[in-house]
Order: sequence, then C-alpha cells, then structure tokens
Amino acid sequence: MSLMFPTAPASPSPRLRIATCSLAGCFGCHMSLLDIDETLADLVDLITFDRSPFTDVKALSEDGIDIGLIEGGLCNEENVEVLRAFRARCRVLVAVGACAMYGGVPALRNGIPVAELMQTAYLADGLHDPQLPRDPELPPLLDKVLPVHEVVPVDLTLPGCPPPADAFRALVLAEIARRTPDIATELPLHARRFD
Amino acid sequence: MNTQPHPAEAAAATFVLDGRSIPFTPGQTVMQAATAAGVYVPHLCHHAEFEPVGNCKVCSMQLDTSAGPRMVTACTLPAREGLVLHSETPAVQHDRQRLVQMLFVEGNHHCPFCEKSGACHLQAVAYHVGMVDTHFVHAYPPQSVDASHPDVWLDRNRCILCELCVRASREIDGKNVFAVGGRGAHTTLLVNSASGLLKDSAVAATDRALSICPVGALMPKRQGFAMPIGARPYDHADIAERPADT
Ligand code: SF4
Ligand code: SF4
Ligand code: FES
Repeated sequence: MSLMFPTAPASPSPRLRIATCSLAGCFGCHMSLLDIDETLADLVDLITFDRSPFTDVKALSEDGIDIGLIEGGLCNEENVEVLRAFRARCRVLVAVGACAMYGGVPALRNGIPVAELMQTAYLADGLHDPQLPRDPELPPLLDKVLPVHEVVPVDLTLPGCPPPADAFRALVLAEIARRTPDIATELPLHARRFD
Repeated sequence: MNTQPHPAEAAAATFVLDGRSIPFTPGQTVMQAATAAGVYVPHLCHHAEFEPVGNCKVCSMQLDTSAGPRMVTACTLPAREGLVLHSETPAVQHDRQRLVQMLFVEGNHHCPFCEKSGACHLQAVAYHVGMVDTHFVHAYPPQSVDASHPDVWLDRNRCILCELCVRASREIDGKNVFAVGGRGAHTTLLVNSASGLLKDSAVAATDRALSICPVGALMPKRQGFAMPIGARPYDHADIAERPADT
C-alpha cells in the first residue's frame, strides 16, 4: 500500500501548534522527526513549535497545543508531572516510539527491585565514596518505568525505535489536513515497526 | 442419460470461510483446509508438522451456529460440511489484535534489540492485525534467561508458551528437552535436566526445537543480527503474503 500525502493542506491557517518532549528516552525519536528533512522546510509556514528542543521553552503555551509528541516512558516523578501538564494542554497526544509505548530499554529494570538497583549502582563494594545521590534537583525514581498510556490517555501511537521519518511526516500532514491518520493501515509496513 | 456425476467429479465437501467456499477432505481441520486453499489464518502455536494444541487462540474466528455466533479456534476445529466461518472481519481482527496485545504485555518484548525482530511471527502477526500499541497495562513479569549452554540460549521474557519446542523436541529431535509447567501467570517453559539448566540437557543448536520457535525465546548463540534490517522476512512482506513454514 502506498502512502498518499496531501499536496496542499485543507486549512492553511491558523498554524498547527506542535509541542514535543522527551521523558525517559534517548532523543532518537526527536532525531527521526528531524529526518523528515525537506518536508520540514515545506511545513515552516504551516506549523509552529511550542515546547520542544528547538525552543527550549519549559511550560506549554496557554493557547493549547494541536499535537503533543511524547518521547520516552516515565522513570521518575518529574516525568509524571511533565506528562500530566503536557496532556492537559494537548488536543492530540501522541506516544512516540518504543519507550513511550511500553517503557522500551529503560523498562529492562522493571524486573529488579529499585532498592537492589540503587545498591548495585551507588553502594556496591569497591566504589569510591559510595553514597546515594540526594540532590533536590534529582527527582525520585518510580518503582517501575511506565509507558505513557498507563499514566494519561493517549490518542495516537507511532511505533518504532525510533519511528521512521515517514511516520512523523504522515502524522503531521494528516493533522494539517484535519484528518486523523490511521497509522495501522495508512503507513507502508516498513514505516510501522516495533524495532 | 446418466445424470449422476462421476465419483471423481462429485462436489468436494466444503465449508464457507469469509464467503469463500473451501474444500476439505475428511479429517482435516479448518486451518489445514484453509491453508491448502491458499487462505492465510493468523496463528502462532499451530504448525503443519504437529498435532494442534490450541494454545495461543490467535487463529480464533467466528462460527455461525443456530444458537448464535461462537468463537472457535481454526487449528483445532475439524472441518465439516456447511460450516460458516468469519475470519477477516473487523470484529474478529479486533479481538485477535487484543489477544496479540495480551501476549505482548504478559511477556517482556523488547523488539528494538531482539535478535528475532523482523523474522518473529508474533511481531509479524501483530503487524498483520494492525496493532500499533499494547493497549493493556504491562505485567512486566520477572522472567529468567538461561544462557548456561555454550551454543543455545533461552530467554523466557519472549516465550509465548506455544509448546512448539516441546512438540519438536519430543517428536522430531527425539530428546524431550522441554515442557511447560506451573499455573496461570506462573506458567513457564521448563528444561528437562536435573539442574533445570540448558547446559545439562540434551539440547543442541541444530535441534528443530530451536528453529521452530516462532519468537526470539530459543536461539542459537553467536548468530545474532546476521540479517540486516531491510532484508529480514517481514520487513516488507505481510505474514499473510509470506507465511512461515508453519
Ligand atoms: S520475540 Fe518477537 S515480539 Fe518478542 S521482542 Fe523479539 S521480535 Fe519482539
Ligand atoms: S520457547 Fe519458543 S517454541 Fe518454546 S514454548 Fe516458548 S515460544 Fe514456543
Ligand atoms: S494457532 Fe490455533 S490456537 Fe494457536
């Protein structure tokens, strides 16, 4: 099945507001978003970035966000706070990538009790000056790394580690056309993947 | 004039699957007859070489009965004249998607670094049924990995308890290395050795029990990632177009 991209958006204004954030992720999904390459240039007049690494804004605009892209799962209390604030402002919240979908690589720790992890990482024999980190800047860890959908409702998912650039492109172009993209059927097989 | 058809031309017994008439010979299951007719039915625990066990339920489809529709497993249902079955309807595909999602959340599937990715039947069936998320709350069950054997390893995080290795080890390898034991969420794949470890069992990397595992649970060592992304069986083909040897 080939993917059809609309040549002109149905509603060129107002600009689509996009926000992105990375929780317990590696920023690979953000890199994949940038990989839409020249499509990004075509979109310049149609979208505006709110909170994202492009802007370094911490709080989302009061006006509301059209698409919120969440990369990463939740591994600490700050992640939960950021995600809840993000959800409250976003019309469409998208869980992007394996970590946001099911915890991804960080969730490998889920079979091990946190106390045991802290012991091994910070207090094990042979470490120089073993001590638990206690800086107020460091948010406490959650028991388990959680996927986004276990904390807030999610509207759409882009699977992949990271999702391919085609998936981001399809999502943004569909939203510009005010159409909900059907990732499962609209994207070619190589663009919806779990790895 | 004799109006009786010649026995060889007599209409074969048939059932109806998604509106299509499927011929069968007595003794065949719905799965066997559908496969012979070139119709793909999603499945994980079924394999042509072994007696069906009906473990995974992924082949479930809707059977019309006088008492209303009923879900049945195609791999264990004997084909009968006049059966009316629905497999590729949105409702059945949706139920199947939920089953596959449960398999994902009841295990620990990290496809991004799994060696079986792209060649995995569970992953491929998930694509086929349009799964894009896991929907349920993840169980993250603590599971053990057995890397004790020099040539073979077992990652129970990925095991879907299909029992294909159990059947293959017993019937083809003649070794009886594997069994499924425990109950409910504690059901797990057991290794038949005094220590319970692969290194003390009769398993070998060339055993059919390994090559038949539909997921990345039983794998030969030192062969990981031999096939690059893009060249693996399900990178571009849906499992329906490229059914496994099962
Ligand atoms: S066994 Fe299949 S579904 Fe599980 S992690 Fe590996 S590729 Fe993914
Ligand atoms: S190890 Fe593989 S073949 Fe054996 S029961 Fe688990 S998934 Fe099936
Ligand atoms: S294939 Fe029929 S139950 Fe598994």
